[in-house]
Amino acid sequence: MKILVCISNVPDTTTKVKFTEGDSKLDTNGIQWVINPWDELSLTRALELKDDGNTGVKSVSVAHVGLSSSEPTIRKALAIGADDAIRVNADSSDAYFVAAQLAEVVRKEQFDLILCGIESSDYNGSSVGGMLAEFLGIPSISAVSNLKIENGQVVITREVDGGKEVVTTPTPLVAVVQKGIAKEPRIAAMRGIMTARTKPIKLYEPVPVEIMTEYVKYELPKPRAAWKFVDAENPKQLIELLQTETKLI
Amino acid sequence: MSVLVYTENWDGKFKKLSFELVSYATRVAEMLNTSCIALSIGNVDDAELKKLGSYGAQKILSVNSDNLKVFDTQNYTEAIAQVAKNNDAKVVVISNNNVGKAVAPRLSVKLKAALAAGVNGLPLSTNPFTVRKRAFSGGAIAHVVLKTDVKIVTLPQNSVDVTETPVNAEVEKISISLPEPKTVVKDVQKQAGKLLLTDAEIVVSGGRGMKSPDNWGPLVELAELLGGATACSRPVSDEGWRPSEEHTGQTGKIIAPNLYIAVGISGATQHIAGVSGSKYIVAINNDKSAPIFEVAQYGIVGDAQKVLPKLVEAVREIKGK
Repeated sequence: MKILVCISNVPDTTTKVKFTEGDSKLDTNGIQWVINPWDELSLTRALELKDDGNTGVKSVSVAHVGLSSSEPTIRKALAIGADDAIRVNADSSDAYFVAAQLAEVVRKEQFDLILCGIESSDYNGSSVGGMLAEFLGIPSISAVSNLKIENGQVVITREVDGGKEVVTTPTPLVAVVQKGIAKEPRIAAMRGIMTARTKPIKLYEPVPVEIMTEYVKYELPKPRAAWKFVDAENPKQLIELLQTETKLI
Repeated sequence: MSVLVYTENWDGKFKKLSFELVSYATRVAEMLNTSCIALSIGNVDDAELKKLGSYGAQKILSVNSDNLKVFDTQNYTEAIAQVAKNNDAKVVVISNNNVGKAVAPRLSVKLKAALAAGVNGLPLSTNPFTVRKRAFSGGAIAHVVLKTDVKIVTLPQNSVDVTETPVNAEVEKISISLPEPKTVVKDVQKQAGKLLLTDAEIVVSGGRGMKSPDNWGPLVELAELLGGATACSRPVSDEGWRPSEEHTGQTGKIIAPNLYIAVGISGATQHIAGVSGSKYIVAINNDKSAPIFEVAQYGIVGDAQKVLPKLVEAVREIKGK
């Protein structure tokens, strides 16, 4: 079984974002770029499955749509343990564009299991995984919190309202993963960092795709009004305020 | 031309989320001078279906098929796509919950329709079709132009008001031919009757400041007295003090209750990302410089262990319990 993990390059999640050019572009000055947290967990789970010799996982590849400036993020994924990488050499305009490029990669390279994070922490689109599956006409399972391989079959636990469902589908399939898929993201060891330098990054040129969405402007959230202080000795006052001012209790 | 809204049901019943979606779709339809059509999938009786008319749906389409019993993303996408095409839908409205996140992207490709996930309120304009949406995990709001003829928007729960605009809706049963689903359900583990964290209008949430898993009694009691749900921060769920379903924050659940009471939570950026949509935030923390106070409207600087029992007592008093 060949696994592909799709990775996105996002600002570190503690970044306080700022914008330039009339609030129309992200100000990338001083931003630390990292692997999208959910993609990092997907990669960790894929490597766990490969390490467990009984799953039949032969290789774990990563794919990324981005310009050469995102190569450090790809190298990091290789250092963590991916066998090889594919980069589609294009600016990731929107989710539809990215998914169309990834579909082309999967068609050429033939993966059995494709893992995508449930959303990227920058544009919060929750879109690429499902779009990729639809481009390929293959099943997708979303909100995946556990993924195993038993007798060659992918067995998935997905979150549903009020609980969980254990499901299977034929492969190839796209699993869109969320919290729970792996405990902690795997960290690159020194040996991994050394070998990552020589691992191959295959370059794809983009296929033409219509751009459907355009991000024209950004606003920063409005600061909330100063908070009202309630004395710790008299918490009852809080309940009274909530009753009279918010009318919620 | 129409605006199509997909209204999910829970064991044959709609809930507030369904009515939010229909209210929203009706307002979008007004902006486009067209009508709102609601689509229901599964076994829902006529009386329940008619309820959607109270919020402005002029036509209610109901599909029930054995091949839609299991939530299979391909079959659900196919069903919604066919209905969208047959009714010349220009905008499709879906919830931004687990089901919406699974179906909307597939539908976007199938219909060649631009998708905006997690929109914030009504479109700013319909030509060009511009919506505001959450970006950078709550760090910003983006204005996005959807450039295709057909558009898809997904709406976060509890982000719009339910507005009654009763119309005499017609209910129509339609049939759609679909293949057998490829998704096979092997096991279901559900807790029946429990208030879902994402549905709760009041949430009481605990963080590391709760000190120990043994201290949760008064917090749970406060949530129960207020008719709310309990949640927790990531460290608490990672430590196994509380079940992982309660983890609220960027990598956990993103919630927007009317009232969020954060107890012993310092308010890391990643936590705020999951709760910043709440209408009111109350912070209880012994460190007055904790960032949670920056997003709170009410705050108590004090020890959670001492404050919580007094809050419970005060709520009991006003509720007469």
